[in-house]
This record gives sequence, C-alpha cells and structure tokens, in this order.
Amino acid sequence: MDRIQSLEMRGISKSFQDVKANREINLTVSSGEILGLLGENGAGKTTLVNILYGLYHPDDGQILINGEPVRLRSPKDSMRAGIGMIHQHFMLVEKHTVLENIALGYAEAPFLFPQRSLRGRIRELSAQYGLDVDPDKPIWELSAGEQQRVEIIKALSRNADLLIMDEPTSVLTPQETDELFDILRKMTSGGHSVILISHKLEEIMDICNRVMVLRKGQVTGEARIEEVDKGKLAVMMIGRQIAAAYPKTDIDPGDAVLEITGLDVDSDRGLPAVRGLSLVVRRNEILGIAGVSGNGQQELVETITGLRQPLSGSVMMKGVPLDHADARKAHTLGITHVPEERIKYGIVPNLLLYENSVLKRHRDEPFSNWIQMNYAVIKDHAGKLVDGFNVDAPSINIRVKNLSGGNIQKLILGREISGGPDLLIAAHPTYGLDVGATEYVRKQIIELRDKGGAVLLVSEDLDELFMVCDRIAVMFEGRFMGQVTPDSCTIEEIGLMMAGSTLQEA
Amino acid sequence: MLDIIVSVLTRTIIAGTPLLIATLGEIIAERAGILNLGMEGIMSAGAVTGFIIAFTTGNPWLGMLAAILVGMLLSSLHGFVCITLRANQVVSGLALTMLGLGISGLWGKPYIGRPLPQRMPRLDISGLSDIPVLGDIFFNHDWYVYLSVLIGIVIWFLVKHTRMGITLRSVGENPKAAESQGIPVNRVKYLAVMTGGGLAGMAGAFLSTAYSGSWNEGMVAGRGWIVIALTIFALWRPGGAFLGAYLFGGIFVLQFMLQPLGVSPNLLAMLPYLSTLVVLLIYGLSKSGQRRMSAPATLGEPYVRGGR
Ligand SMILES: Nc1ncnc2c1ncn2[C@@H]1O[C@H](COP(=O)(O)OP(=O)(O)OP(=O)(O)O)[C@@H](O)[C@H]1O
Ligand SMILES: [Mg+2]
Repeated sequence: MDRIQSLEMRGISKSFQDVKANREINLTVSSGEILGLLGENGAGKTTLVNILYGLYHPDDGQILINGEPVRLRSPKDSMRAGIGMIHQHFMLVEKHTVLENIALGYAEAPFLFPQRSLRGRIRELSAQYGLDVDPDKPIWELSAGEQQRVEIIKALSRNADLLIMDEPTSVLTPQETDELFDILRKMTSGGHSVILISHKLEEIMDICNRVMVLRKGQVTGEARIEEVDKGKLAVMMIGRQIAAAYPKTDIDPGDAVLEITGLDVDSDRGLPAVRGLSLVVRRNEILGIAGVSGNGQQELVETITGLRQPLSGSVMMKGVPLDHADARKAHTLGITHVPEERIKYGIVPNLLLYENSVLKRHRDEPFSNWIQMNYAVIKDHAGKLVDGFNVDAPSINIRVKNLSGGNIQKLILGREISGGPDLLIAAHPTYGLDVGATEYVRKQIIELRDKGGAVLLVSEDLDELFMVCDRIAVMFEGRFMGQVTPDSCTIEEIGLMMAGSTLQEA
Repeated sequence: MLDIIVSVLTRTIIAGTPLLIATLGEIIAERAGILNLGMEGIMSAGAVTGFIIAFTTGNPWLGMLAAILVGMLLSSLHGFVCITLRANQVVSGLALTMLGLGISGLWGKPYIGRPLPQRMPRLDISGLSDIPVLGDIFFNHDWYVYLSVLIGIVIWFLVKHTRMGITLRSVGENPKAAESQGIPVNRVKYLAVMTGGGLAGMAGAFLSTAYSGSWNEGMVAGRGWIVIALTIFALWRPGGAFLGAYLFGGIFVLQFMLQPLGVSPNLLAMLPYLSTLVVLLIYGLSKSGQRRMSAPATLGEPYVRGGR
C-alpha cells in the first residue's frame, strides 16, 4: 500500500445508545502535519480516533486515504493502511514483560524467540528517544509514567505513516514530553503525520500545525496554529477564559493530620522504593510531591492509604498509628484517595455509575443500614455528584466504564472530596481533565484545604504544584531532595531536584 | 522388588499419557480465556470414535485422526456458544460433557466388549528398548506415549518462545490490548479451543485403542475432570502438565496396587483433587507464588469487540 499522503474523514457519525458521540465530523490531515484535536471531556475525541483506528464502526460517513475510500473494519486493516495509535488507557498485558508487549502483533518480530531479537532494538529505541524502560520487567511492576513510555515505544517501533496519540503526555515529565515532541517533529519532517489529542494547551501551541475543536460530538472550530493563542483555544473549547492563578486565603496551617517518620517501603519487586522518609501534613495545608513517576510516590501513597505494608517507620493519622496495611482503617480515619490508575483502582468498571459513587462508603450510614443498601439515598447522592462535578453522563444508571476518561476522573474526585475528608491523597488528580474541569478540580482542592482539610498532592505537573500547593517536596529515588514553598523557589530548581540534586545544589 | 518398581513406573507413564494430552489441550484453551469443562464428554466421544474407526478400518492411526476431528468438532460447538454467542462458559461446558457422554453411549452400543484386532503399535527403538530397567520403563511404549511427550515439548516451546505464544497468552490476559495490535481475538480463541478439543479427542482414542483395546461405556472414568484440576495444578504451564500428569498417573496405578493391601481406592481417588488444593495452598502462602498462580485474567469472560 502507498504511504499516506492525505487522510480524510467525511461526515462521520456515531451513537452509543442515546449518546451521539460524533455528529457529521469532517477531518483531514496530510503528510508532514500535526493536527491537534481538542475538546472537553466527553466531546467525542476518543470515539473519533477509535473509528479511524478500526475499533469502532461509524454509523455513517466514510474514510478516504489519498482520495480513495477505504473500509477500516478492524485495527488490523488500519495498521495495514499505515495508521498507528497510542490509546488513552493503557493497552498492555500486565503479566507480560515490556518485550512481550512490544512483540505482540509486531509484524517484524520473528516467529521464534521474538523477545530475544527485539531486546536490542528496544534498548536502541529507548536510548534514541530518551525513554527509559527495562525491557525485561513485567508491566505490573511499572508506574503509570513508565507504562506510558512503553506505549510510546511500542507505537514508534511500528513506524506508522499516521500516528494517533490520545493524551500521550498526561503522565510524562516535561523533559520526556519535550523529547517526544522532538521525535514527532523529526517524523513529520520525514513525511509522517500525527493526530494529537491533549488537554494541555501549551503542548498544542508548541507542536501542532493546525487544531480542530470538538464539542458535544460536533466540530465547533478549526484554525491554523498561527491564528490562535492559549486563551482563544480555551474559549473555543469551553466558551470562556480560564483562570491563570487560583485565589487562596492565607491561612496558617493547623494541627498535624498526617505524620510520617522514617518510612521504608519496598516495591513489588522487593527493591527499596521509599527510604527513611519523613513528612507532616497539617490542616489547611496542601503538600505537593513532585518527582518523576517511579521514584517511590506510588509506594508512599499506597502505604498511607493502607494498600501496602511498610517495612519500618511510623505513619500516624490524627495521632492514631496506621501500622498494618488496612485500607478500611485508613478510610474510617478520614483518608480518601484519588488513585493514579483510575480504571484499575478508582472504579469498578462494570458497576453502574450510582453504585460507583459510594464505593468505600457503601457500608456507612446513610447509604446502607445494617442489612440493606439504601438505593434512594445512593442515587440521590450520585445525582448530586454528577451535577456538582459536571460529570457528563447520559444517566446515573449506566455502566461507569462507558463514561469518557475525563468524566470517570471527575466522578472519582467528586466521590473522594464530597465527604469532607480530613486528608485527601490525590495522585495526578487532573490527569486527563479538560481545562475547564482542571480549573474546577483545583478550586475544589483549595476549597477543601480552606475548610480545614489536609491534602497530599502527587503530581508531575509543576505548574499545577506551583499554583495549588502551600509546600512542595521533591522526591527522588525514595527520598526527599528538599522541601520548598512555591514563592521561594523556581520551577527550574524543582526540575533539577527531580533529577537528583539536593536543594543546596539546585 | 525391582520388578514391582519397574512395573509401577511403566504403568505410571501409561496412565499419565491421556492426562497429559488432554491437560495440554485444556491449558491451550484456558490460556486463550476459554474454560472448557466439556473435557470428559469430548474424551468419551474421542474414545468411541477412535475405537469405531480403528475397528472398521483396522488402522488405529485413522482412529486417532477421527478422534481428533470429533474433538475439534465438539469443541467448536463450545466455541460457537461461548465466543460467538457469548454465553456462559460453565453452562456450555457442562452441556458439552453430557452431549459427549450421550453420543458415545449411542454410537458405542454395538461395540461394547469387542476386542480391537489391531491396537496402536509399540515403537521399538532399537538399542534403547533393550536396556535393562530403563528400557522397560521408558522405551517400551506405544506411539501415543512418545507423541504426547513430543506434543508437550512443542506446546511448551510455542507458548514460551514464539510470537504465536505471546499472541495466545495476550488474548487470554487482555483481549483488548491484543485486538488493538491487530490480533483477530475471536479467531485465536476458536483455534485455541479447537486445538484443545482435538487433543482431548486424541486422549480419548488412546484409552480405547491403545490402553485397553476395547470400548466400554464410562471408560473415561472421570479423567476429564481430573484434567480440569490438573490444569490448575500445572498453573496453566505445559511444564507443570508433565509433572502433574505423571504424578496423577502414578496415583491411578497405586489405586489398583494398594487395594489388595487394604488401602481404600476411594482414598487414593481423592488424591488428585487434594494435591491440587495443596499446590494452591503452597503457592497462595507466598506473594510471588500468588502472582504465578493466577489464572489467565479474562478466563471465562466473553469478549465484546468495540466495547469499553
Ligand atoms: N463504548 C461506549 N458505550 C457507551 N457510551 C460511550 C462509549 N464510548 C464513548 N461513549 C460516550 O460517548 C461520549 C464521547 O466519549 P469519548 O470517550 O469519545 O470522549 P473524549 O472526548 O475522548 O473525552 P475525554 O477527554 O474525557 O477522554 C461520552 O459521552 C461517552 O460516555
Ligand atoms: Mg478520550
């Protein structure tokens, strides 16, 4: 088949039950071009690219490659036509190694000993692209950021003419994102084309040639990148400007809520992940944890939320020791948790939306009494969450897995914040949210702090940490390289500490 | 004494052979995410078909071939119900057992108790077969025994070291990821379930055309269920199937040998299931064991294309 010179989607429509996810969408992208696809959560971006990748079949419309109509009935057809894709949610086999995942469906992998012969090539690719992964590690041992790197290497190794990337940068560090963009630029100058979905407007401005905005399944705007700026993009997406900063009342932090001293935790592989770490989070305070993912943040969070047994050290919540891995105890002591991997740990995909809205609290009054669930109250609560947190859902009676990625995240946040917790542990809470929702969530977190809650915010988004936190600790290889306040420090200094220099050196 | 040991070990290998063949089949099906509880029925249908064809043509090889075909046919039915119609795999598997037992009863009626004129021949390996003791134990068997070992090694290799193996395992672990890499998930599932069924049919033919050389109703005698336990015992690994099959085969043999000494055969008949529980217990106690022990992640779940 010929290389893709131009690809056109014409009049594409797609509905799921009552939801019109795409309506008469026209899209073109030609060789050498990077097209940015923007839109609120639930606007239909993923649906549209899934159609292009052959995963969904459009109800209406056609796809043309180099002017010829084509039928893409399955990803196999699309791959053959030269289309590659990085999915919004990881498409990795957890129990398999990085190598096995990359070899899966890879036409160039030899039949015999595919792992062995790919190992060198993967090492090469990851060195060339600055994407560091151990090819022999199983996926379940990797952090979200590392898994994302695997997805990127997998997609790049396929060398597709048109590469679709559905929010590839949400868990990458700024450096990794830069490096990825360098690769994309190289690819497009060689004649490849890219469709990039991202909620980070800087990224769109940085790399795209053209943007297209979707809203409620329809194209509501298209522009060349020279004609727009960040503010204009936001207006095109959500119809209004977004805040550049968040007003915070100056409150002195109150009593210590969470106190950790000398904590040592091992990773799943039995290697030290958190080493002799101590920290305090007080009432009316947001402590941010910056760091490249995979430096022990996940293990730290899991220990505090009672999902992982520490080796030594103490975790005190409101003066009560949390020394045995016990998620229920953590919950009853007032800790709530927005996990990094939301599909896996945040929801039960096959339960209905309203059932998911009370997970963990389902055994508490008033959601249930000693013998039965009180569905009237639960549904009422779910309705309030959906309204309050702008979850875009056709009804509360749908399976939660059918929500768009960003809307799942909004639901989880709503659930974890709405009870007024003493301590909120939020890992990448705005990962995958559109600009409007991001703004809303940050405001909610600040409001929780203003009302007396303590917040531990793990994020790789330094802008976010600077805008929201009262204090920022930088984590590297299981230790804090230093703790700073946002106004006494620059983003560059934090960046250096994330790479392993101490505060003095930085 | 040496005579007894040699005879026990020789018979252990023979008794383990049908278990090995069918367990390898079940492992392949389950690795692709399809639980096939119909093994007892498929083995039974394989046994009767193998016998009838070997009896009428006088050629046990043709019997084996026919048994494999019948096994594939029956399991493709299971595939159609579970993969295409996405029905419950447990229900379909149980129905298949009953169907297989019914068919074999019906077809086999005229052949009950009639001896097979030509059983599956022995493979004489000149030199090896004459070695004292070892030759008797290992190199004095019919073709099925060596074929089963060969099949086991080939499957182990394919699953572990080839692209095909990665595809198979991925389909059972995360069909969505496989689909997104262009793998035709349902086709792989069909192939796996039919390969598994073919092997179960072959195991049945071994019983009627090599092991006993006659057909009797109920001659599979629960081996199909032991195979289900064995698959778990083997932790879904072909290597484990070897260990488990010969261990359980040994228990089979002891059941008969120890009976005259007053050991209840019921007690020994329990052992396969008991030892499966013990294996699960041992692995369950350690964390790394728990990881190794886990079944294919989507075992028993139907796969919907284009779903979320
Ligand atoms: N398989 C499905 N079944 C039912 N509804 C679906 C399905 N896939 C998507 N939808 C619905 O279609 C709409 C568009 O979803 P889509 O995932 O395309 O949004 P998105 O623009 O990618 O949002 P996000 O930025 O949150 O990822 C949503 O309302 C979603 O609930
Ligand atoms: Mg999406």
